[in-house]
Amino acid sequence: MAHRIEIFTKVNDAKSAVMTEKLHALGFNTQSSIVAEVYTINKKFKENELREVAEMLSNPVTQKYLIDNHAHDLDFDFAVEIGFLPGVTDNIGNTARETINDWASANNHPSFQDDESVHSSTLIFLKGNITEEDTQKIGESLANKLIQRISVKSHEKFMADRGMDTIVPKVQLNTRAQSDEVSLNLPEEELLKLGKEGIPESDCKKGARKCGRRGPLALDKESLEVIKKYFEKEKRPPRDIELESLAQTWSEHCKHTIFAAKIDDNEEGIYKGFIKKATQEIRKNKGEKDFCVSVFKDNAGGIIFDEEWVIADKAETHNSPSALDPFGGAITGIVGVNRDCIGFGKGAKPIINKYGFCVGEPDDEEPIYRDKKLENPALSPKRILEGIVEGVNQGGNCSGIPTPQGFVYYHKNYKGKPLVFVGTIGLIPKEINGKPAWEKGAKKGDKIVMLGGRVGMDGIHGATFSSEALTAHSPATAVQIGDPITQKKMSDAIIKEVRKKNLYNSITDNGAGGLSCSVAEMAKECGGCEVQLEKVPTKYPNMAPWQIWISESQERMTLAVPPEKIEELQKIMEKHGVEISVIGEFTDSGRCIVKYNNEKIMDLEMNFLHDGLPRKELKTKYDLPKNPKPDFEQPEDLTETLHKMLSRPNIRSHEFISTQYDHTVQGGAVLGPLQGKGKVNAPASITKPLPESEKGVIFSQGINPTYSFIDTYHMAACAIDTAVRNIIAVGGTLEHMALMDNFCWCSSNEEQRLGELKSAAQACYDYAVAYGAPYISGKDSMFNDFTGYDKDGNEIKISAPPTLLISSLGVLNDVTKAVSIDPKIPGDMVYILGETKPAELGGSEYLAMHGFIGNNVPKVDINNSIKLYKKFTDATEKRLIASALSPSFGGLGAALAKKAIAGQLGMELDLSPLLTGLEEHPRIDNILFSETQARMVVTVAPEKAVEFETLFKDIPHYRLGKITNDKNFIIKDFIKTDIATLDKYYRN
Amino acid sequence: MKPKTAILTGYGINCEEETSKCFEWNGAETEIIHVNDFIKGTKKLADYQILAFPGGFSYGDDTGSGNAIANKIRNNLNEEILKFAQEDKLIIGICNGFQVLANLGLLPATKKYGERQAALMHNNTAIFECRWVHLKTHSSNCIWTKGIEKIHLPIAHGEGNFYCDQNTLKKMKENDQIVFRYTKENGSPADGKFPFNPNGSMEDIAGICDPSGRIFGMMPHPERFNSFENEEGWELKKEKLIREGKPIPKKGEGLKIFENAVKYFQ
Repeated sequence: MAHRIEIFTKVNDAKSAVMTEKLHALGFNTQSSIVAEVYTINKKFKENELREVAEMLSNPVTQKYLIDNHAHDLDFDFAVEIGFLPGVTDNIGNTARETINDWASANNHPSFQDDESVHSSTLIFLKGNITEEDTQKIGESLANKLIQRISVKSHEKFMADRGMDTIVPKVQLNTRAQSDEVSLNLPEEELLKLGKEGIPESDCKKGARKCGRRGPLALDKESLEVIKKYFEKEKRPPRDIELESLAQTWSEHCKHTIFAAKIDDNEEGIYKGFIKKATQEIRKNKGEKDFCVSVFKDNAGGIIFDEEWVIADKAETHNSPSALDPFGGAITGIVGVNRDCIGFGKGAKPIINKYGFCVGEPDDEEPIYRDKKLENPALSPKRILEGIVEGVNQGGNCSGIPTPQGFVYYHKNYKGKPLVFVGTIGLIPKEINGKPAWEKGAKKGDKIVMLGGRVGMDGIHGATFSSEALTAHSPATAVQIGDPITQKKMSDAIIKEVRKKNLYNSITDNGAGGLSCSVAEMAKECGGCEVQLEKVPTKYPNMAPWQIWISESQERMTLAVPPEKIEELQKIMEKHGVEISVIGEFTDSGRCIVKYNNEKIMDLEMNFLHDGLPRKELKTKYDLPKNPKPDFEQPEDLTETLHKMLSRPNIRSHEFISTQYDHTVQGGAVLGPLQGKGKVNAPASITKPLPESEKGVIFSQGINPTYSFIDTYHMAACAIDTAVRNIIAVGGTLEHMALMDNFCWCSSNEEQRLGELKSAAQACYDYAVAYGAPYISGKDSMFNDFTGYDKDGNEIKISAPPTLLISSLGVLNDVTKAVSIDPKIPGDMVYILGETKPAELGGSEYLAMHGFIGNNVPKVDINNSIKLYKKFTDATEKRLIASALSPSFGGLGAALAKKAIAGQLGMELDLSPLLTGLEEHPRIDNILFSETQARMVVTVAPEKAVEFETLFKDIPHYRLGKITNDKNFIIKDFIKTDIATLDKYYRN
Repeated sequence: MKPKTAILTGYGINCEEETSKCFEWNGAETEIIHVNDFIKGTKKLADYQILAFPGGFSYGDDTGSGNAIANKIRNNLNEEILKFAQEDKLIIGICNGFQVLANLGLLPATKKYGERQAALMHNNTAIFECRWVHLKTHSSNCIWTKGIEKIHLPIAHGEGNFYCDQNTLKKMKENDQIVFRYTKENGSPADGKFPFNPNGSMEDIAGICDPSGRIFGMMPHPERFNSFENEEGWELKKEKLIREGKPIPKKGEGLKIFENAVKYFQ
């Protein structure tokens, strides 16, 4: 019988107070709530022992506890308990188990056996005018039913039962731990179904009408036929694990089949023909100044930082899991991309996290459903954002990696499938043990070593699932919860101790596809592998071999370790509390072989596994849409218009995220997420990664999804220009700047969508080459669509706008030359650099506010922008610029207002210098809010004005006015407001 | 003499490298040591003069911040750590390290070492807060803060809300154990007001020491203000200095705390 320890906080109970507020905010009629922490201990203990355990798990100064007893004297109407479902990672339960085990071994008690465990849950006592049904709803609004259980009891029942029930969430698998043969000799319809919905469960009777399926393989007809032919040649049917393994390796998620495909008459396809090609040309053009060291071939891309160090960068998306479980999806995303960094070369130390969340409109509460019966609602955008924000919070903060940079972008078309971008920059010495740190390779005879967490059912079919649109069939097991501490221990062991000891020849991350991808990928380095799958430690018994092989359980890395070094590695891992298992050997047999208890269950040619996938040929078309012509008068009160613009979700502050993400850890913060006395979110950040050096890493992001509704070519060009100019604005240079591309497309089986894609890729090539900024890594996610039902049961499809995130990475030689966004000294001059084109309103926040998209999307004039950026770098080098912000969403108007708020200083401005340059007299609202690219708003000390104007004499520059001390924000003839009011709207 | 300084790491501690640098720059001999090296006996606490519990997320704050690792130390190293505390040596706990010291009963230790008397509870906002705060020194007793009247430092924590019972608080005042209090920018008391007091801490307490002044715990992170450019708002200071024709300083003010510790042994 398991024991229950319930812990109550007796003073300053913030958790209960916040819960009460939260339930009010959600509209429940509750008066008060009391939150208790519960530990269910599935192991025999005596009463006095349990008391010692409870003392350890609680704080006697502030808390009290109950052991196997119920809170009979509490005043409440209903109690609701939320615990984890079987198999879901329970970090708190695991820590409690470790603490108790530690205590047990220090006190000569038997330690935990395999079938003993500790589980955490939360118990909430509610008082108020509520029913049992309300309480159930409260539970549902706090829990995620995919991963958590909800138990409700009335006061009466609670008293009669003497408390809540003791529940031990144990996984009991009915699967048999064996591998099955699968026949591919099926009628076409059945074969396609196998590809789409998965292998039938082995207990399924022949000819049965309804058959359980194991989950999507995402193999199309062409792939299935190639596989069928391969096994005909091998003269045997495939085993389940072989099909699952091929499905993982060939998935869109892993092989990027669309980016690799021939597209129209472009033989090379999107990736080789545009992205990689740009990088190759740029590197050639740069010659000796080429700073790339490892691009596109590793888990991240690496560039030179200084004589001794390399920085690596990677950005990922974790969209589909985040739609189902936003917290789990996001935390898994951020710790996953950290691992990409740890898996770069011989292992880079993660030093900076970045994020970008694209979600539905914040106040959109209209439900949508995954199923026709309307029983399976999608989470609301608000709920999704809350979960995502919290996931990255816990993942980043717990890992000790600063998260200084990120954005939230709202659009109604992200309602069905949010986009969760996460990125990590890493630092690695140029040389480790006398060899370039980015070179690695498994050798024949090396042991295959798995480090980190145990393998469970979590994340099965993650890779194939993310290659499909989200439907009611999306597997719940695709959801995982990351454990940043398990990963932190592993990361510390590798980066801080093992790396310099030369104990492994190769290392990679276990991400999508789990072992099936990481081992097979590393096996390419030497030409084969042989795995003993029964040696992989699992979370619970009876997992089928194919499940072990493809599980995406988190916090694992795979290493190639020479046999004589295993022992030393084991010792170090043991010290760090990291589980290590030797699961096989790398070979040069040309085959990927997997055995389970000595039975050969997989035996595939390496060539077939990696290159057998038939290459796709894609046809595209691109009919540019014609959007209704915007038709509205210039508002009479532009002050009010500016206020409204500032409070738009895509322009206003997201300080609530910035301050809950640790951005000062590691001690290298230079320019953070919030700048100036007024704490305005800035688009670029700087970190000093080496405490003894004055060199800084600059990083920013550019994204313009609404421009895709007009023209994806210019959407991509603007995203690139935004990412580039943000780096220039803080002091960076085109000479030392790299980019990454993250495409999040939709319906990528439609010719028009593919046409949009090709056009965006063309811009990626054109603008990167022009700026000389190479792509060093990238990722694509091609089916960000939601298919389901609206509240009336009508079928709907919501496709995310074709979205391209460009991440930029630069190096600043002297961080004291960094330029922040806030004006600093009254009397400074305000200038705008670059031409403002009032007609370029297409896709702007301003048109969106009036319900239009428009057609005249901003276009980047590359020659002018390069000239401007080069001069701007000269100016920051000479310390001529006191503050700078490049206009983006909301154009010049929003940029000026944000600067004023940041500096908490007034501005006295006059737009007439801008108007004299223009032929026709344009509308002032268009001047203020057009999102013309390649502009900078700067402030300059009066004594430096001449030098500044001389430097920029060949570049359009307009003096708009000056900074004042009086906190008024005035644009002559048009706008009159003050900082406090702007501040209020900006923070909304 | 160069004090031998042990910086603890493992299980999710994550500020050990920058903390070590701050000691090193001030002339200490530093070593980052995994807690299991002490437990296994490959390293001995007795060999060190300064012991630092850096910030981080030991055990992910599970079962209470700083609690699980304090349990680990108590279950395995209790004698050694109590002996260290009683000798003429220095201990600092920063953020999660402060939470560990409180859970180990090394702070405030108004009566004896080893009894839990104080807690760092969930922030009043019930959310992780990363922001800069202003602090004023109140103790003349604490070795670590000699010569510091006020200081600007970042905090980054979810559980920094200091609490103890009235008796303990009274004792702490009598013993001059309250080291740092949160203030407003102008130095006036924060009076519990967010964001000046970022967590709701009792009497705006941000850092305390033991009665001897040798053991010090604080929620803010001095090691994150190791150079001039770390400080929130440094860009404005820089611009003013440049216009006044003055040089831009290199060092951050947080280093002073580590300097005091190293000086103690000289």
